[in-house]
Amino acid sequence: MTSTSQVTVDEVLARYDPVIGLETHVELGTLSKMFCGCPTEFGAEPNTQTCPVCLGLPGALPVVNVKSIESTIRIGLALNCTIASWCRFARKNYFYPDMPKDFQISQYDEPLCTDGYLDVLVDGEPFRVEIERVHLEEDTGKSLHVGGATGRIHGADHSLVDYNRAGIPLVEIVTKPIAGTGGRAPAVARAYVTELRELLRGLDVSDVRMEQGSMRCDVNTSLAPKGAAEWGTRTETKNVNSLRSVERAVRSEMIRQSQVLDEGGRIVQETRHFHEDTSSTTSGRSKEEATDYRYFPEPDLVPVAPDPAWVEQLRAALPDSPSIQRVRRQAELGLSDDEMAWLVNSGALQLFADTVAAGASAADARKWWLGDLARRANAEDIELAELAITPAQVAGLARLVAEGRVNDRLARQVLDGVLAGEGDPEQVVVARGLAVVSDTSALDAAVDAAIADNPDVVAKIQNGKVAAVGVLLGSVMKATRGQADAAAVKAMIAQRLGVNL
Amino acid sequence: MASGEASAVEVAQAHLDRIASDDGTLHAFLRVDADGALASARAIDARRVAGEPLGPLAGVPLALKDVVVTKGLETTSGSKILAGWIPPYDATITTRIKNAGIVILGKTNMDEFAMGSSTENSGFGPSHNPWDLDRVPGGSSGGSSAAVAGSLAPLGIGTDTGGSIRQPAAVTGLVGHKPTYGGVSRYGLIAFSSSLDQAGPFGRTVLDTALLHEAIGGHDRADSTSIPAPVPPVVAAARAGAGGDLTGLRVGVVRELGGLGFADGYEPGVLSRVSETVELMAGLGAEIVEVSCPHFGYALAAYYLIAPSEASSNLARFDAVRYGLRVGDDGVRGLDEVMALTRQAGFGPEVKRRIMIGTYALSSGYYEAYYGQAQKVRTLISRDFAAAFEAADVLVSPSTPTVAFRLGARTDDPLAMYAADLCTLPASLAGTPAISVPCGLSEGLPVGLQIMAPALADDRCYRVAAAVESTLDARRGHPLLQEVPLR
Repeated sequence: MTSTSQVTVDEVLARYDPVIGLETHVELGTLSKMFCGCPTEFGAEPNTQTCPVCLGLPGALPVVNVKSIESTIRIGLALNCTIASWCRFARKNYFYPDMPKDFQISQYDEPLCTDGYLDVLVDGEPFRVEIERVHLEEDTGKSLHVGGATGRIHGADHSLVDYNRAGIPLVEIVTKPIAGTGGRAPAVARAYVTELRELLRGLDVSDVRMEQGSMRCDVNTSLAPKGAAEWGTRTETKNVNSLRSVERAVRSEMIRQSQVLDEGGRIVQETRHFHEDTSSTTSGRSKEEATDYRYFPEPDLVPVAPDPAWVEQLRAALPDSPSIQRVRRQAELGLSDDEMAWLVNSGALQLFADTVAAGASAADARKWWLGDLARRANAEDIELAELAITPAQVAGLARLVAEGRVNDRLARQVLDGVLAGEGDPEQVVVARGLAVVSDTSALDAAVDAAIADNPDVVAKIQNGKVAAVGVLLGSVMKATRGQADAAAVKAMIAQRLGVNL
Repeated sequence: MASGEASAVEVAQAHLDRIASDDGTLHAFLRVDADGALASARAIDARRVAGEPLGPLAGVPLALKDVVVTKGLETTSGSKILAGWIPPYDATITTRIKNAGIVILGKTNMDEFAMGSSTENSGFGPSHNPWDLDRVPGGSSGGSSAAVAGSLAPLGIGTDTGGSIRQPAAVTGLVGHKPTYGGVSRYGLIAFSSSLDQAGPFGRTVLDTALLHEAIGGHDRADSTSIPAPVPPVVAAARAGAGGDLTGLRVGVVRELGGLGFADGYEPGVLSRVSETVELMAGLGAEIVEVSCPHFGYALAAYYLIAPSEASSNLARFDAVRYGLRVGDDGVRGLDEVMALTRQAGFGPEVKRRIMIGTYALSSGYYEAYYGQAQKVRTLISRDFAAAFEAADVLVSPSTPTVAFRLGARTDDPLAMYAADLCTLPASLAGTPAISVPCGLSEGLPVGLQIMAPALADDRCYRVAAAVESTLDARRGHPLLQEVPLR
């Protein structure tokens, strides 16, 4: 844990240069698993999507899902990588109960894609992140530790394993070490992951949902004294599952490492766990006594040798890059450069576009996402994507306002209801009784009562003190619990009193 | 059976009776599936009565090595760690055996996880050689060889990683063939060494063996290393070879396998039977040449790095989590401890030895020197074969340097045990086909001749083996197996 006296990133940079690196795991959205025909849907009952192959039963053998190779090659091409003309899978051997064979089929020294890059914008400036490799491997199952205080294996009464995820194709995208960022290191990390997610979404190879774990990041961070020739010892922070966390993980590791170094300490090469709640990391297992994975070529699979003509077909059919798509989208959505940059950086461009696609005007989408929703996310210190509202619900809210069924003030109450999980906007309106009162007989009665109950206010208005109408308005609003249209009430009062308001 | 002389049920029952009377002595079977065998025999009889077309082996009983997964029938691979495991699926060859109408009598004994040459490494006690009950029936497929040689079953299935079909066939007087790697599906074979394992047939004659090969062979999409090609014409070759004409065939005698200067460890009786048979082949019209395969001498060392390396990874899954044995799970001990206790109790000493050798050979810093180097030797052995097959159509050698050894004779000396595979290892490492065919007796015990062919030319093995078999049987006046001592 970090000590109590916090230093700032600026203070860190006065003495140290950071080097970062990112390893991103992406679950491919193939219909079946990587080595068998089992389905890949998220959220099924435990162990219902398994077979002898993905359970690693004695005798069962893997057969490669060609679609997973195709998706990996497309990712490699979109990241400007070289595609291997011949490569092999390898076994990564280690014992873990959520891994059915006690080895993972992965790639080692012969990855499918190597040496690419991804250009990102950081504070409006272009920055090139170099890609070391893109390779394909199988995902593991999930362990559930029951009965302990921490949810970890230590102290648990017993453990359950769900193998539904075991064997889902997983692509690992590894950057080269990213140096020379200075204070922009946290922002570069975030911008890279954001851009990578857009790119993968555009390729339609994964649903890239960080909160469901279909996209997961490990962040490597090291510090070296300013001007030093050699880089420092790195740590690998795991469990970084949102864009904001990527940024914070880098920042908190920079600060923690600088404090250790300032005190004359030594950085231990280790895995660290990121905690969303405190934005800090804690020590995991040390890599200095690391497992020897005893990699060797997977003898149950034949080498992969993609036909160059096929690779060229895939290259020709790639969609536009995210940056080109953004130029087109910005024009379609009528966004200013600043608004566009803000949406991209907050990872909300897709939410915005989906809101427009769901029927809202660009102006309404802007009003909600850049206005109320941005304020609420900010107040709660979460990402826009983490708000409990879908683009379709935002569009529904905009529609209620446009149709005059709620006013702005009521719309915010509807929003409260949606965010509180009370359902779609329409359901919240009904459940909370929030529709604007347009029943004239009820309004008539309320206006009449307000006039009858306030003879002195009426006299003031009729004597020209028109501002006093606010009292009558307030009385009507109170009687209708705020559900009347203020302009309409004002007009009714004016008509009854025979004055111009 | 086809002529109606005997029903499949009668044949199955006769063999079950034979097992009941003799298997107490031989211990060929780990479990006998009498109900299953009789049920499939009844089904075959019903189909025959209904006039359905049936394959040549329909109704013929078979002894299945316990390394082959059988749905609903306990499968242990000879290991205590899998005792009680009932597989939920059939191996591809199990399915093919059933589809051919072959009647599975039960699962046969073997060295644990197919690691051994005598069945003495079985977790459930050794099998005995019907020729001499004090001797081993070979291994690892020794339960199947004992069953077929002891007339408990007419057909058997073995698997051969370094010689585990050919060596037991040789020492029990049977025909046994290791197909080209990828010629028979590995889906559902409990893996020992994935790049070497191959299932294959045992028979009392070359033709029986070829018929069984044809039934189990051919491409399987569930095995990535399966060859997408039809089964070589092994049955036709066995029939053609029985005519005894080898005119024009070039037979290469491998100097490094028992030849001049390389005879250390080979029994003189074995070498005599083999050289007599080579002379016999010359008499049938074959041209005999001597070939040299200089890297065969490194086969044993390379094999004992590659096979244990792959085994150390393949056997990791026996971890007490999902199936099989679990020891020490008392609610207090942690996962690692339960895993260690289970593997300690469940694996026998030879399996542990190979897991340790393999783990060491693959470990960081040693990989290149051991596993990497062994793979290079493998390439050199393949090149030796390629060069030899320029000069010869088939290569011959003894199948094993000695006749069946006595139970217990080599159990304390792993290296002596490994030497039983000296002649069979090169073809395993090269992935090429090889057959063992009986070529006489030495001191009253069978000697096998190994015939090796290029990849995918399995039919050549059968053709030459059939010529040797028919000529020797004619000279002797009866098949060699008739000389198995009657009990």
